[in-house]
Amino acid sequence: MTIQTPDIAAKAKAGQFVVLMVKEEGERVPLTIVKADPDKGTIVLIAQEAGLTTKLLASVHAGDSLHSIVGPLGHPTEIKKYGKVILVGGGVGIAEIYPVARALKNAGNHVTSIIGSRTKELLILERELKEASSECIVMSDDGSYGRKGFVTEALKELLEKSKVDLVYAVGPIPMMRAVSTVTKPFGVATLVSLNAIMVDGTGMCGCCRVTVAGKVKFSCVDGPEFDAAQVDWQELLNRNSIYTEKEKHICRLKDKA
Amino acid sequence: MRKEPIKIKERDRLSRARDFEEVVLGFSEQEALEEASRCLQCKDPKCIAGCPVGIDIKAFIGQLTKKDYDGAYATIRQKSNFPSICGRVCPAEYQCRKACVFTKKSEPFASDQAINIHFLERFIGDHGAKKGLHVKTSGDAKHKGLKVAVVGSGPAGLCCAGELARQGIKVVIFEGLHKTGGVLRYGIPPFRLPRKILDSEIDSLKELGVEIRLNTIIGKVKTIDELFGEGFSAIFLGLGAGIPSFLGIPGENLCNVYSANEFLTRVNLMNAHLFPVSHTPINIGKHIVVIGGGNTAMDAARVAIRLQHLAGVPPDTTICYRRTEVEMPARRLEIEHAKEEGVKFDFLVKPEEFAGDEKGFVRTMRSSRCELGEPDSSGRRRPVVIPNSNFEVDCDLAVVAVGLGANKILTSVTPQLKTDKYGDVVVEPETMETSIKGVFAGGDIVGGEGTVIEAMGMAKKAASAILDYLDRK
Repeated sequence: MTIQTPDIAAKAKAGQFVVLMVKEEGERVPLTIVKADPDKGTIVLIAQEAGLTTKLLASVHAGDSLHSIVGPLGHPTEIKKYGKVILVGGGVGIAEIYPVARALKNAGNHVTSIIGSRTKELLILERELKEASSECIVMSDDGSYGRKGFVTEALKELLEKSKVDLVYAVGPIPMMRAVSTVTKPFGVATLVSLNAIMVDGTGMCGCCRVTVAGKVKFSCVDGPEFDAAQVDWQELLNRNSIYTEKEKHICRLKDKA
Repeated sequence: MRKEPIKIKERDRLSRARDFEEVVLGFSEQEALEEASRCLQCKDPKCIAGCPVGIDIKAFIGQLTKKDYDGAYATIRQKSNFPSICGRVCPAEYQCRKACVFTKKSEPFASDQAINIHFLERFIGDHGAKKGLHVKTSGDAKHKGLKVAVVGSGPAGLCCAGELARQGIKVVIFEGLHKTGGVLRYGIPPFRLPRKILDSEIDSLKELGVEIRLNTIIGKVKTIDELFGEGFSAIFLGLGAGIPSFLGIPGENLCNVYSANEFLTRVNLMNAHLFPVSHTPINIGKHIVVIGGGNTAMDAARVAIRLQHLAGVPPDTTICYRRTEVEMPARRLEIEHAKEEGVKFDFLVKPEEFAGDEKGFVRTMRSSRCELGEPDSSGRRRPVVIPNSNFEVDCDLAVVAVGLGANKILTSVTPQLKTDKYGDVVVEPETMETSIKGVFAGGDIVGGEGTVIEAMGMAKKAASAILDYLDRK
C-alpha cells in the first residue's frame, strides 16, 4: 500500500516504522516502512491481514485517507560496509528486510537474502528482493515454491560454507528465535527487528518493553532492532499474546457484521 | 458570615464508579456565594503566595461575593489560562488552601476549614467558558508576520500558545499524538477532567488563530534547525515527561503488568473501555493491584475499578504504597474519591516480585512490609523494610505508577540542547530559555514531573520571555 505522507517520506530511513490508525475508533499499530520516495512524498507499507486493524487496512481504497499516521519512528538500521551480510525474511517480514537489503547493498555489502513463507501464495516481494540482493534464496515450508524447508536451514548451510559478517532477520517470533539459535554457534552478529505491541510508539507507554541482555528496553525508542542473542524470546512471545482473546473476539464480531 | 465550609456536590459513589462522567458536580451560584463569603479577605493574604502562578485570590473571591463574576474571571485569567482545568486538577490542599489562614501551620496539608479556593476558581472558570469571556487580544502590529512553534500540546504548550497568540503572533503547535491535550487527555481521566472542558479550551485557542498539527513528532519528522528554517522566530518546547519508570523487580514484564501511562492511555486516549466498539483492547483483572501514591496511581485505580464494574467483575482493586496515607503525594480529594468508590489501600508495602502462570500472565505479587524510618531528602519519612515480613497477594493485573523519566525523543537528536543528569532540559530560570538561542522550554521536560499549574507558570514565563526576545530581535 502506497501512502501519501511527504514529511515522513522525506525523513524515513531503512529499519524505521510508522504508527497508524485506520479509523477514528481504531487501534494504533506499528508497521515498518518498506519504501520511501521523498520526491513523490510517498511511503509503502505492507501488512498481512491478521487482526482487525490489518483487515481494515486491506479494505481501504485508493484515494481514501487513514485516520492518522505518525513517523518515522525507531532507530534506523546502521547502514555501513559490514562485508558479507545475510538477510532473512519470513512471511510479512520479507517486506521489512527489503529496505535494509537495498541500503546495505548500496553501501557495498555482499547481500544474500533468504526469504520464505508457509506456501507459494504468501511469498511477497521476490522480484524486488532479487534485485536488491547479490543472491536470493527462496524457501517454502510446504515445498510449493523454491526450496522446501525453513529459512534457517538455508541460513545454516551458508554459515557453514563461509564467514559471514552480519545476519539480519525479521519474521514471526519463532523464526527470529530459530535464526538466533542457528547463528549463535557461529558467533556471527545477528540483528532482529522486533514487532512488540505498541500504543504511542514514542516511549511514553512502555507497552513494547522487551528484555535484552537482562535489561528492560522499549522497542519503540530503544529499537526496534536488537542483538538477537540477547533477546528474551519467551517473554516477547508471551507479551505479544496479551490480547489474543480480545483480538479473536473482535474479529468474530466484525466478521458476523 | 458562614463558618462551616460548603460541601461540594458529588455524584453518588456507587453509580459514578460505573461510568466515566465527572464525579465532582461543582458549586451552584448560591453555594459559591456562601463559600466565598467565608473568606476573611485577609489584609496580608497568604493564599496568593501559595499559588504557583500567583493568582490574586483575595481579589477574585472579593469580586465573586459581589456577584461580579466577569470581573473575577478577568482577575484569574491575568495569571492562569485555564481556570476550568486548574479548578479541577490543582492540588489546592498543598498550595493556596494550605496557605489559607484557616489552615494551622503544623498541618501537612490544608485544613477542611480552609476556603475551597479551587472550587470557587472552577465556578468562575466555568462561568467564563459558558459566557465566552475571552481575554481580549492585544494583537500588537509589530508582531504581525512573526511565527512561533510550540512543541507539544499539553498544559505547557497550550498555555504558551495562547499567551503568544493573544499578542498577535502566529503560533503553530506540533503534537505527536493524534489528539491534542497531552497528559490532560491521555493521563487525566474524564471523570476528573471532562473532555468537553478540555476541548473548549483547545477550541478557543484555535479561534485565536493557533494552528495545530497533529501526528507530527519534532525530532523525528523535523529538527529544531528545520523549524527555524521554516520561518519560526522562536520555539517553545513543552515536551512533557516520557518514559514510565518501573520498579525493577522480577516478573515486571509478565503479561498484564502495565505502566500507569499505558493503562490510562488505552482508556483515556484510545477508549479501550468501549471495546469492541473502540478497537483498542485492555485486559481486566479480578484482583487488580496499583503501585504508587500519586495522582496517577489514584487515576489508574479509579479507572481499574470502573473497568471491573463495566465488565461485571466484582470490584477488587488495591493501591499499594510504601509509605502511609499522610505521605501520599496525591491530592487528598482523589484519595477520598478512590476510597468512596471502593478502592482498597494497603500501606507500607514494598513489592518484591511478580509471579506468573505458564502462559506468562501475572498471578501473584510478593511484597515486604515496611515501617517508617528517618525523613529522607524529600522530608517524608523513609520506608524501611521489616526483615522476614514477606507476604503474597493474588494479583492478575498490576499497574505500576511510580513516576516518569524525561522524554528524550527530541533532546537525543539535538546535542546542542543542554540537559541535566535526568535528561530534562536545562533552562535559564528567569526566561526559560534553553542552551539554544530562541528555544525556550517549560512543563515536565524542565525539572521533572510537576502539576498542571506549575507547567502553566513556566509556560507563561517563557511566553513573556519569547515576546521580549522577539522585540529585541
